[in-house]
Amino acid sequence: MLFLQALVSGILSGGVYALAGIGMSLVFGVMNISNFAHGDLMMLGMYLAYFAFTLLHIDPYLALLLIIPVSFLFGFILEKVFIHRVIDHPHQNQILLTIGLGLIMSNTALLAFTSDPKILTTTYSSSAINTASGLSISVPLLLSFVITSVITAVLYLFLAKSSTGMALRATSQNREAAQLMGINVAKMSAIAFGIGTALAATAGALIAPTYYIHPLAGHSFLLKSFTICVLGGLGSVVGAGVGGIIIGVVESMAATYISTDWKDVVVFVLFLTVLLFRPQGLFGKKGGQ
Amino acid sequence: MLKIENLQAGYGEMVVLRNINISLSEGEIVSVVGSNGAGKSTLLKAISGIIRSSGTITFNHHSLTALQAHRIVERGVVHVPEGRKIFSEMTVFENLMMGGFLCQKDRTENLERVYALFPILAERRKQLGGTMSGGEQQMLAIGRGLMASPKLFLLDEPSLGLSPLFTDVVFKAIRAINKSGVTVLLVEQNVYQSLKISHRGYVIETGSIVLSGTGEELLNNPEVKKAFLGM
Ligand SMILES: Nc1ncnc2c1ncn2[C@@H]1O[C@H](COP(=O)(O)OP(=O)(O)OP(=O)(O)O)[C@@H](O)[C@H]1O
Ligand SMILES: [Mg+2]
Repeated sequence: MLFLQALVSGILSGGVYALAGIGMSLVFGVMNISNFAHGDLMMLGMYLAYFAFTLLHIDPYLALLLIIPVSFLFGFILEKVFIHRVIDHPHQNQILLTIGLGLIMSNTALLAFTSDPKILTTTYSSSAINTASGLSISVPLLLSFVITSVITAVLYLFLAKSSTGMALRATSQNREAAQLMGINVAKMSAIAFGIGTALAATAGALIAPTYYIHPLAGHSFLLKSFTICVLGGLGSVVGAGVGGIIIGVVESMAATYISTDWKDVVVFVLFLTVLLFRPQGLFGKKGGQ
Repeated sequence: MLKIENLQAGYGEMVVLRNINISLSEGEIVSVVGSNGAGKSTLLKAISGIIRSSGTITFNHHSLTALQAHRIVERGVVHVPEGRKIFSEMTVFENLMMGGFLCQKDRTENLERVYALFPILAERRKQLGGTMSGGEQQMLAIGRGLMASPKLFLLDEPSLGLSPLFTDVVFKAIRAINKSGVTVLLVEQNVYQSLKISHRGYVIETGSIVLSGTGEELLNNPEVKKAFLGM
């Protein structure tokens, strides 16, 4: 029973990790850039949900209809103004730039919102469904899992079927060949970064009702997103989805059977182990470029 | 149709091409031959806008020099790169669709044309590009290029690594494509075969054009014979 409970909670919270991981993976695939500001973008999503709730009285999950386009646009502009400058540059320049952007975001949040954690309490924040077999399923976790699944399915269809989605995949598989097909790869990069940002912000908004919201809240998710990408094979969207669920379950098991304090350690150990033994990821074929 | 004057191009600080002058008339097949590292691929990359260059490249009286690569494809200059560069995680069909990214209205017609030229692509349309053999990938790369409705087709070593049988198929296809009204600029190491099907040719050596003439003239040129044909 304990095991089943841990498994269910793990899968449910893994959905959100998957979303964040997919965002990072997409950016890596299309642009070959590791986005160290990913966690901070997630933090912005948390605050967006928080202010939509406290100022505009919009339910945080409903607010996604606002948060997704706004954060897409923000990411698109970030790419057009900053990130595109380092696309053909060495990785250390890209890392410095994205870390720098992340620092600006978290410190701006620190100045604007102070370091006091904010709590977003909805009517259902702590409600749970209790099944006859004794399982307790948290309502916000369940809701966020459903939303995550829908978004992932839509994204999957978009990448598989739409013309822009196919162009994004082509760019990620071979940037030069994509250019030769007449694909505007600069635009694809901006779109990929926009989607990556929107996914990070969405993940942030989805966890806002169950987490403390503060300017550094994104940092632990940065490590998680990296671990997910590495698990799934960098650049593989499906792999990242599965990787997210795995992280969720591992974390939940660690919290149940070891202690909550240890869950980050366990994730980190998993990260290093995969890097050591399967650097191309559990599912990845190409493992980076 | 294509006029290249005083072209210089390279990578970063390194200059690879110096003072290149080349022209193509509509309907021609023109070969550029030269040894490894001479700058043949660099020339095609400069034309298709993959790398920046200085000098002038005009296509049907419009300058291509300042255009981004995707704008150049829009004009009908289509480059099939060396090494095929297939989208390996996409099916054959999807690869062809990517080729037709800008020409969506002519897709069905182009697709029929490609399948007629390379029936194997129709048979294998559900196979992943990366799992095709080298020769099949080359056909796919050419087919993918045709999906973009080229007016000028830039082909970089289409016979590279192919068996004699596949090489013949590819050269036949190039002739057929040309007959259908597409101008072809062909870069090859297979000097004999490519000059044989070409109206004219250029010999490039360490980044400069050193010889030019009709295909037959070059084939009979003693220096070409000595350097490339082992005679
Ligand atoms: N991306 C690059 N960065 C730096 N130098 C390059 C790059 N690509 C090619 N070069 C250099 O430019 C020169 C010309 O290369 P290019 O690929 O044009 O030769 P090529 O004539 O096509 O040779 P091959 O027949 O072997 O394909 C070579 O010295 C090569 O090392
Ligand atoms: Mg070459």
